[in-house]
Amino acid sequence: MIKKIEDYIPIVGQSAVDDVRLIAEKLKGKVIQNVNSTKNGGGVAEILNNMTPLLQGLGVDARWDVIQGEEHFFSVTKKFHNVLHGRPDEVTQRDFDIFMETSEKNVRAIDITGDIVFVHDPQPIALINKKQNNKWIWRCHIDVSHPHQRVWNFLMDFIVRYDSAVFSAPGFSFKLPIRQFLISPSIDPLSDKNKELSSDEIDAVMYKYGISRKKPIITQISRFDRLKDPLGVIEMYQLVKKYVDCQLILAGGGASDDPEGMEVFAEVKEKAKKDPDIHILLLPQDDITINALQRASTIIVQKSLKEGFGLTVAEGLWKKKPVVASHVGGIPLQITHKHSGMLCYSIQGAAYSVKQLLNSPAYAKRLGENGHEHIKNNFLITRHIKDYILLFLSLFHAGDIVYL
Amino acid sequence: MNTRITAPEEFIFCTRLHLSELTGLRASTLNQLLHLLQKVPGSSIYHHTHRFLQQHQYLSPEPPNDFAFWVTEILGEGELGEQLASIDTIQFSNIRALRECIIETIEQHIKAHQFAQLKFAKEGEEFHFIKSVSFVIPTAYKASTLEDFSAILKKITVDSIYFHVFESRLRLEKKTNDFSFWLETSLHEKNLADEIARLDPYNQTLEDLRMNIIGIIERGSGTNND
Repeated sequence: MIKKIEDYIPIVGQSAVDDVRLIAEKLKGKVIQNVNSTKNGGGVAEILNNMTPLLQGLGVDARWDVIQGEEHFFSVTKKFHNVLHGRPDEVTQRDFDIFMETSEKNVRAIDITGDIVFVHDPQPIALINKKQNNKWIWRCHIDVSHPHQRVWNFLMDFIVRYDSAVFSAPGFSFKLPIRQFLISPSIDPLSDKNKELSSDEIDAVMYKYGISRKKPIITQISRFDRLKDPLGVIEMYQLVKKYVDCQLILAGGGASDDPEGMEVFAEVKEKAKKDPDIHILLLPQDDITINALQRASTIIVQKSLKEGFGLTVAEGLWKKKPVVASHVGGIPLQITHKHSGMLCYSIQGAAYSVKQLLNSPAYAKRLGENGHEHIKNNFLITRHIKDYILLFLSLFHAGDIVYL
Repeated sequence: MNTRITAPEEFIFCTRLHLSELTGLRASTLNQLLHLLQKVPGSSIYHHTHRFLQQHQYLSPEPPNDFAFWVTEILGEGELGEQLASIDTIQFSNIRALRECIIETIEQHIKAHQFAQLKFAKEGEEFHFIKSVSFVIPTAYKASTLEDFSAILKKITVDSIYFHVFESRLRLEKKTNDFSFWLETSLHEKNLADEIARLDPYNQTLEDLRMNIIGIIERGSGTNND
């Protein structure tokens, strides 16, 4: 069922929706063309899947195109992704050549129809070669606080030709010759992943995967990606398990632009050995299952080593769950330590917080409730749509105070 | 008081939506913070002294400004943090004066506590300067009488209240908030205008502020529609 902006009124209020409608009017006649590298898997595709129809429902001509690439192209972009996040790897001239060969094919193939072209992440960044008199925005969804310099310099040659750039956290920004904006991603409270579920629906999922609810459940929902540190999560669980009898769920799917996932999944299986209280679930795209697993959990963990934003934190908090997460990327924007969740820097720190929360359910409940309020005020899709519309309008208005 | 008297000029409720623009400037020490405070645009000072009002509505009263939060939580300078948090923002009629007060507060602290300069934020916890870009949009709500005015106040967004109370006065450098100005000049309700102007809006949530303004008008006009 296609959602409409009015459906959000019971959650965010009539007036917030009125504001969005008011500014959407100002975009009449403009075509917004989103371009990314995958329709399924990962946070970017999820946001575009939710947001594009909502924008269209507001009368904004929003479109969404995807670039094409072979596996060797996505292996290179995955390598870029990893080294931009600070993971050591060797980047060769051949990698840049592969990137440019596919990019040039995409430049030739793609039909640019937007008055505003909104390019997401590094994979399609070279499409800027097709810029004419329209406006172009580059949206960086990843943590580039300590980027690989050679790759970053390579990307910078493209970035500076955009009209504006968008980052998810202040720490990702550097001095740039173009305008740059801070826009956090969001969750959709009405999506299958976040909507309310009945106890029966939750129980059915737990039954299907053979997970008892008699012991506390610690859960990390993430793609099987080394930057999400699933092995570290198992070590954290093992430290907690010495003192509190609990279970661990590691669940996630894959993304079509991430060829490394199966390798990491195998490493995780190996590390978990035969512990019957560790549940490792490689899920197809199944948002209801993810939703149920989060709702059945006692504590949500996101122990990423790097994180563009970490939407699973917002998902957990929205469900009023206490969340323990790494102090990386956009996570500190979502969690104020000891107020709306717990931030950690290490496996030991995460284990300490998880133990503390398992032993203090009243405190854990309060963190979850505060977190829910924070997400409601700042990280729902309605705020995100509002920010994007303002971003598009900013392309046509200079200055710090704009009268529309 | 006749709540149906019609003002010669309507009050047009505007809303203000904002977008955060990154400057790429960051500070790791008090000296760097001081240096950048002197050169960043006024819209950045405005952002860091007002962001909490909108983003953490549920945490108020007394939301800290970003400078106070950072020097306390990251640099461990609690005394300076308290001084910065207690700057009486309502007394300033423009950003320039507010900026000078923040700078002077930090300078005096450094003079008195030389070692404070040696503290630095670890990687990832630097102070990032951000600007606020405001989009001001007239809404469909217009009031000509006190009765209409009060009724509309109950349903407009907190963003609209925010604009007319905070932004209009400090950022657009008007002498008072828009509500008081209109009540006094168009409806000649000086007492109501003064009472609203005396509220310290920095010390309450936006929803509490809305209720307090409505309360003042309803008490003053002898009506209570609830």
